[in-house]
Amino acid sequence: MFSDSLQKFLFGRFTLESIPFHEPILQVTFAGVALGGITVLAAITYFRFWGPLWRDWMTSVDHKKIGIMYVVLALVMLLRGFADALLMRSQQAVAFGANEGFLPPHHYDQIFTAHGVIMIFFMAMPFVTGLMNYVVPLQIGARDVAFPFLNNFSFWMTASGAVIVMISLFVGEFARTGWLAYPPLSGADMSPGVGVDYYIWALQIAGIGTLLSGVNLIVTIVKMRAPGMSMMKLPIFVWTSLCTNVLIVAAFPVLTAVLALLSLDRYVGTHFFTNDLGGNPMMYFNLIWIWGHPEVYILILPAFGIFSEVTSTFCGKRLFGYASMVYATVVITILSYLVWLHHFFTMGSGADVNSFFGITTMIISIPTGAKIFNWLFTMYRGRIRFDVPMLWTVGFMVTFVIGGMTGVLLAVPPADFVLHNSLFLIAHFHNVIIGGVLFGMLAGVNYWFPKAFGFRLDPFWGKMSFWFWLVGFYVAFMPLYVLGLMGVTRRAQHFDDPSLQIWFVVAACGAGLILLGILSFIVQLFVSIRNREALRDETGDPWHGRTLEWSTSSPPPDYNFAFTPVIHDLDAWSDMKKRGYSRPVSGFRSIHMPRNTGTGVILGGLSVVFGFAMIWYIWWLAALSFVAMLAVTILHTFNYDRDYHIPADTVVRSEDRRTALLAGQV
Amino acid sequence: MSAADSAHHGDGHGHHEASHGSFRGYVTGFVLSVILTAIPFALVMARPIDSALWTGLVVMAFAVVQIVVHMVYFLHMNTSSEGGWTVLALIFTIVLVVITLTGSLWVMHHLNTNMMPLAPGDVLHRHP
Repeated sequence: MFSDSLQKFLFGRFTLESIPFHEPILQVTFAGVALGGITVLAAITYFRFWGPLWRDWMTSVDHKKIGIMYVVLALVMLLRGFADALLMRSQQAVAFGANEGFLPPHHYDQIFTAHGVIMIFFMAMPFVTGLMNYVVPLQIGARDVAFPFLNNFSFWMTASGAVIVMISLFVGEFARTGWLAYPPLSGADMSPGVGVDYYIWALQIAGIGTLLSGVNLIVTIVKMRAPGMSMMKLPIFVWTSLCTNVLIVAAFPVLTAVLALLSLDRYVGTHFFTNDLGGNPMMYFNLIWIWGHPEVYILILPAFGIFSEVTSTFCGKRLFGYASMVYATVVITILSYLVWLHHFFTMGSGADVNSFFGITTMIISIPTGAKIFNWLFTMYRGRIRFDVPMLWTVGFMVTFVIGGMTGVLLAVPPADFVLHNSLFLIAHFHNVIIGGVLFGMLAGVNYWFPKAFGFRLDPFWGKMSFWFWLVGFYVAFMPLYVLGLMGVTRRAQHFDDPSLQIWFVVAACGAGLILLGILSFIVQLFVSIRNREALRDETGDPWHGRTLEWSTSSPPPDYNFAFTPVIHDLDAWSDMKKRGYSRPVSGFRSIHMPRNTGTGVILGGLSVVFGFAMIWYIWWLAALSFVAMLAVTILHTFNYDRDYHIPADTVVRSEDRRTALLAGQV
Repeated sequence: MSAADSAHHGDGHGHHEASHGSFRGYVTGFVLSVILTAIPFALVMARPIDSALWTGLVVMAFAVVQIVVHMVYFLHMNTSSEGGWTVLALIFTIVLVVITLTGSLWVMHHLNTNMMPLAPGDVLHRHP
């Protein structure tokens, strides 16, 4: 037997009791995840896929593969976050009067926290970053991002954060504080367990990845545009990506700092956010929303970019009001820093402060409204093709306008005093995040999937997915608007008034419809892969696209473009087609490319170990893994084998294959 | 990293817009930094100014000048470097920092004025 102090030294505060054996729901989930995981690992081993997985994916510095890995991560985390949503909707639909439901408060609180954290940080953020990673270099005619290794490292840091959140499901517990972990509830006195520490370390590690990928994409867009592509000839998606990454670089350090201060409060007993010794929890609210409000624009701006691309492609027209779209995006970028207090009007800053932030909030709806009109005018007298990406776009325009208007309603401070922390707020932000960000990402997946894999997604199941999501969204969230207006607060595990129950039952049915939408999407992937020969696109330009990514093959070769394109006009590819561009078929030269490296994966793995050790107070392991991270980083700087040349004859072979395919088309 | 970075970027070879400074520039920057550090240090140690408030303000003013010296001599920022992008980034950063700091001070000040006193001690303190 270990003596107590030796056990404490070796395992920190981790004991066998930390594993929640007593929670049947978690045990069943764990059994399911374990079985699924073993099946996947066995399949990889059986098909001898470990080698290719390591060589071609995990160590890859290719922006296309990293982008795909980000999207896969986002989809996996979407399933996890949505499972939490289903649990909450079912609990609230049954927990009335004598019925306590099936989730005790202790568990329910972890679920709503995990749902928020996962959906924002590990679903929406990787989704947005993944699509930007994949599309931006292609749209500006570049061969990769500015810092390819950094890109791989950023992905693995984000994935490590996600792994830490997933570990909390089965080892210990997650935070029970809500997704922003407000003190004093998240302080050491009120939350002594490991939950908030899981939250802090998952976000800190993933935050490094997000920040670095922001830097990477800014430099890529500023420095690596094809010759002739001036700022006002950038595709709109690149513009919105640029603004999003500027916001990331400006805002995420604030999150890192405020979480570091919270860690100091919890680990070494400082008093930044306690009520003792001059600390002030209100400062945490203030700081975290200085990050938090730009964060919502970080998510929505790329979605706006996707809708712009989709609208102009599927209406066969140049985007209406390109310049006004750019200015609207930039104005939103700046204004997003001037509205943060509307998240805590009720905190007591008084009339001056509240009216200032109320008015700035209302002003920000003007550029957003301008964008809606630009899309409408693009559609006006356009030859609209209602393919799946366009359906998501139209669904977005209707849904987002409703969400935007409830947002302006909440921006009126007296109204906010009534609606603050109610289900009305929950309905509002799901209205804009599902109707805006998620619809945008799904439009993007349907739009760019043929570019990434060389075949289109099955349209029938795509339409099923769209309609289930759209109808499911309204059925699930309109009742919450009603309940919120009646004064029902968020995050409640049990209700006493039986007259409310019907609304929660309707909302649960909506969640069921959304489940069908998600299942349809999964079926869509399977059906498309099965029918890939029928859905194959050999032109590289299945939608009659307008921007540069459609000028290369699908999937694009490792080097994206054999020759760097020269840009003369906005919508470069459309312009090239109009001027009778002929693709060069000879004169290829060898191409200088960055080489893959395993350093990113190793650093990601070490940071999981480090985070886990810090969470459980296993100090020797934390020190060891930290030193190991430094050592690996320093060793990597001595790796001079960073680049290689794709030989000219390899380029010739892949370009000839494309020439043959294109000839077969005609 | 540099080899891999410019690898895929055909037209990125060989033209470095950002200047990496001269020996003279670094020495000037270093000497200015030392002076700008020594003066505030002396202000705090010897206390030639009586008021603690004014000492603090003067020290902060020196800190601002110090930041500018670092940016000019060590980060080689001027209005034309990188085609104006560094200046644009600087202006954006300053705007955001000003918004964040003044906004936070304004918000927290109003909160402090409007909140009900928390402890009996506070009541005595505010209404003597």
